[in-house]
Amino acid sequence: MKRPGLLSFLIIFIGIAYIIRLFYLQVIDNSYNIPTLNNSAVKITYDYPERGYIYDRNGILLVANQLSYDIMIIPREVKPLDTVEFCSLLKITKEDFIKKYTKAVHYSTRIPSTFVQQLSKNDFAFLQEKMHKFRGFYIQKRSLRQYPIKSAPNVLGYISEVNERMIEKNPYYQLGELIGTAGVEKTYEDDLRGTKGVKYIQRNRFNKEIGPYKNGIYDTLAIPGNDISLTIDTKLQQYGEALMANKRGGIVAIEPSSGEILALVSTPTYDPNLMVGRERSKNFTKLYLDSISKPLFDRGLQAQYPPGSPFKIFTALAALQEKAIDTHTSVKCFGGYKYGSGKNAFMKCHCGTYGSPVELNKAIYRSCNSYFANAYKRIIEKHATPYEGMNAWNKHAESFGLGNYLNNDLSVGKKGLIPDGDYYNRYYPNGRWRASTTISNSIGQGEVLTTPIQLANLTATVANRGFYFTPHIVKKIKGKEIDKKYTVPNYTTIDKKYFEPVIEGLFDVFENPKGTASWSRVKGIEICGKTGTAENPHGQDHSIFIAFAPKDNPKIAIAVFVENGYWGSRWAGPIATLMIEKYLNGETSRPWEEERMLNGSLQDEYDKQLKEITEIEE
Amino acid sequence: MRSKKNNIFYGIDWVLVLFYFVLVFIGWINIYSATITEDQLGLINLSSEYGKQIIWIGLSIPLIIFIFMFEAKFYEKYASILYLISLTSLAGLFILGKNINGATSWYNFGIFSLQPSEFAKAATALAMAKLVSDKQFNLKKFNTQVQALLILFFPAILITLQPDPGSALVYTAFIFVLYREGLPAYHITISFIAILLFIITLTFGYINTLIGSFLAFLLILLFFNFYRKKAFKKGWLKIIGVYLVSALFIFSVDFVFNHVFEQRHRDRFNILLGKTSDIKSIGYNTDQSVTTIASGGLFGKGFLEGERTQGDFVPEQQTDYIFTTIGEEWGFIGSSLVIILFVLFLLRIIQIAERQKSKFSRVYGYSIAAIFFTHVTINIGMVIGMLPTIGIPLPFFSYGGSALWGFTVLLFIFIRLDANRTYEW
Repeated sequence: MKRPGLLSFLIIFIGIAYIIRLFYLQVIDNSYNIPTLNNSAVKITYDYPERGYIYDRNGILLVANQLSYDIMIIPREVKPLDTVEFCSLLKITKEDFIKKYTKAVHYSTRIPSTFVQQLSKNDFAFLQEKMHKFRGFYIQKRSLRQYPIKSAPNVLGYISEVNERMIEKNPYYQLGELIGTAGVEKTYEDDLRGTKGVKYIQRNRFNKEIGPYKNGIYDTLAIPGNDISLTIDTKLQQYGEALMANKRGGIVAIEPSSGEILALVSTPTYDPNLMVGRERSKNFTKLYLDSISKPLFDRGLQAQYPPGSPFKIFTALAALQEKAIDTHTSVKCFGGYKYGSGKNAFMKCHCGTYGSPVELNKAIYRSCNSYFANAYKRIIEKHATPYEGMNAWNKHAESFGLGNYLNNDLSVGKKGLIPDGDYYNRYYPNGRWRASTTISNSIGQGEVLTTPIQLANLTATVANRGFYFTPHIVKKIKGKEIDKKYTVPNYTTIDKKYFEPVIEGLFDVFENPKGTASWSRVKGIEICGKTGTAENPHGQDHSIFIAFAPKDNPKIAIAVFVENGYWGSRWAGPIATLMIEKYLNGETSRPWEEERMLNGSLQDEYDKQLKEITEIEE
Repeated sequence: MRSKKNNIFYGIDWVLVLFYFVLVFIGWINIYSATITEDQLGLINLSSEYGKQIIWIGLSIPLIIFIFMFEAKFYEKYASILYLISLTSLAGLFILGKNINGATSWYNFGIFSLQPSEFAKAATALAMAKLVSDKQFNLKKFNTQVQALLILFFPAILITLQPDPGSALVYTAFIFVLYREGLPAYHITISFIAILLFIITLTFGYINTLIGSFLAFLLILLFFNFYRKKAFKKGWLKIIGVYLVSALFIFSVDFVFNHVFEQRHRDRFNILLGKTSDIKSIGYNTDQSVTTIASGGLFGKGFLEGERTQGDFVPEQQTDYIFTTIGEEWGFIGSSLVIILFVLFLLRIIQIAERQKSKFSRVYGYSIAAIFFTHVTINIGMVIGMLPTIGIPLPFFSYGGSALWGFTVLLFIFIRLDANRTYEW
């Protein structure tokens, strides 16, 4: 190269090299991607709107908000402080302080993190005056839930801090924010929370805020949450909780004409206020770890029991629809039903009709096992193969919303179980099963499992004579209609005409002197119902009752389930009828019965069981 | 003839003048963006830096006219005197100078300060041109080499002592001039190899470098053995000698780096070589400037829209790091356009320098091309993270009156000399 050319060559060379470097930095390399850049230059602050209130169907306030105060820390701004005083104000130990401080530093020295959560108003008042002494700490106001009525925690649910998995799923949330994690708080989260307002603030490199970013063109205002009215009748709900005191179980009451859930009781219950404030996680752990009485388990929605006798209503309807029986078909019962040749192939019956012919009406009010076993067998055998018969039976059951999720606005639920042909083919692979193999299904035992809400829905369907509205918990959301799927009736596969004779039978359960609930009759109210006793291989039988009233134009359909409550009319029957009375008349005409239920306890039964379990384990 | 001679703008290269004003204008736009604050003030406002800069730019026009008023001959005749005045002003700093940011580089005149090192470059270039254009001058002679070195040594050492080693480093630019004028090639070759070995040693450690360079020399020996046997017979001893010297150099690099350098110097190199990534303290400037440029993307965020520029994230953004503003707000398109402008500007200077009949003008022109080149290369190289942190301004862009005037003087003396090229004096 000639000497004069060297510098020109270098100039062009460096020029090209720098342009390549710039191309790499600005166009190719993504490691300097924009979000993190923005994070340091632009601070995002949120303006949290007030969460919507929750009312019951009559406008009684169930969930409100209260202010709480979080102590926030920005570690790099912390100056030496009197830790003894600070700790005593916050009611924490010095070890806590060191632990929390280290954690905050570990998270970020620049970004604020929560130091102490949800101080009470009193603690806040003391602290506020001295806050100026503690540089790097500040108080952030937050809105917390408050429950004026200590009732229905399983329905209302609670809010808690989002975890990282939720943040990944929904980028709306930031670490430390609150989200509804159970009950209505969860299913109606989007309506209740509103939309947070965002402010972008330009910062300089000292982290000092120097004004709104781009004059605030990206800022948004907070939109407050919507208030929600539930279908719950608070008085009925509280009454149900009181009746179920010291008993484990669930009550589901539905308004048949709308599918609105009037009461959803699960006991043992707890004070919803336990799920609020600084003690929340402690209380939650306590409730969560109670594996014996399982207070967080919603027995109305999640508990799957064999339904027992109330399921005979369905067997009757299916048999009528399949023309397997008519209302005059009669069966003779000799204390049971022999369904096979073996010595043990005998289903006992306590109907007490020994030998006299039993027709549908009597079969229902006497709850005759033999009759329904017979009817069930006829359904299955009407079809060419047991497989087809089973599937036909299953299809009818599913049209009642049994054996599947109800797809409603409750945050939890269980499918229950209604077996079909395939189910038994799996258990008997060579197809060697017949109607008699599955005969227990006829009386709600065997493989059949339902949840109390499914049973309540079955009752409501019968009350409506053939259709139901999906049971739901929300009545009104401010400024928004509830989902259309709750206002469209779901028709069953059973014709309307077949319901009347069955309902007459259910009416006679109370009205006929020999009816299984005749002594639970309530003057002035025409109640239709069915007792149930579900055999429980793990201990004392469960007490079950379903009912609706009045007979014509029903206002309430109810299912009551009392764990280990012996038999249907012992606990569940009185509770169901008291609930109906309370709802329709506002008070009971049978104070002695009310008294007995309010004070009755099955705790001894539960203790006995627990003792047996521990003995076995030992 | 006379009327033309009286017209001070006669023979001016308007292309260079245009380049000057375009670069200064783009520079000011970015200073404005980097220093504008919430309260919108007028453009000419002494309390803001963009306002001050516009005054310096405005005052550069009388300065240019003042430069043009002197005959080209004047600059050749009084080159030595200007050089001595410049040296005196540098030396005077030790008595009268004002300490700003740890360096005594400034004379304070109340409302404004002047930095004599910015003007010393022009004086040194004039002195060098004068020396090289001497008829006795021969760079092959050791004597002459020493003379040339001394001209560079005095200002460089005075500036280093301020201490402002970055500005002193600019004087290495003259090696291009001396090479152009006949300095033997091995001076440049040796410097280049030394720099290469320096970087390799720091990156890979001296043991690896010793082994690697040994293998390289072995290859060279084999090459000569097979293809240039004649040369090999004469030169193999020389080649082994060169290797031994290199080995010694590698050892000394390691020694100097670890035992003579202070930690802050080591840090600068370590960050550049990617050996340290502590972006919070020592690498903060480089990290901030690189991320800021990278965030600009292909098209940039637009004028006054760069949140990192507006957020004041890059330290010294309006001075040494002004290129980050271009990078963020004007993106790859804008920043590469600025580089292309500089390349064209430098090539134009060289083109004009080469057409000079007077050796003095040619050497001077070549000197300023080399000086501008060094400034641009070091400054942008530092900002885009390719060179260690060396704080010297980007010509015509960086905020600061002394720097702007220094570069203006440097350029317009050359334009004045060039305007005279058709007349022999």
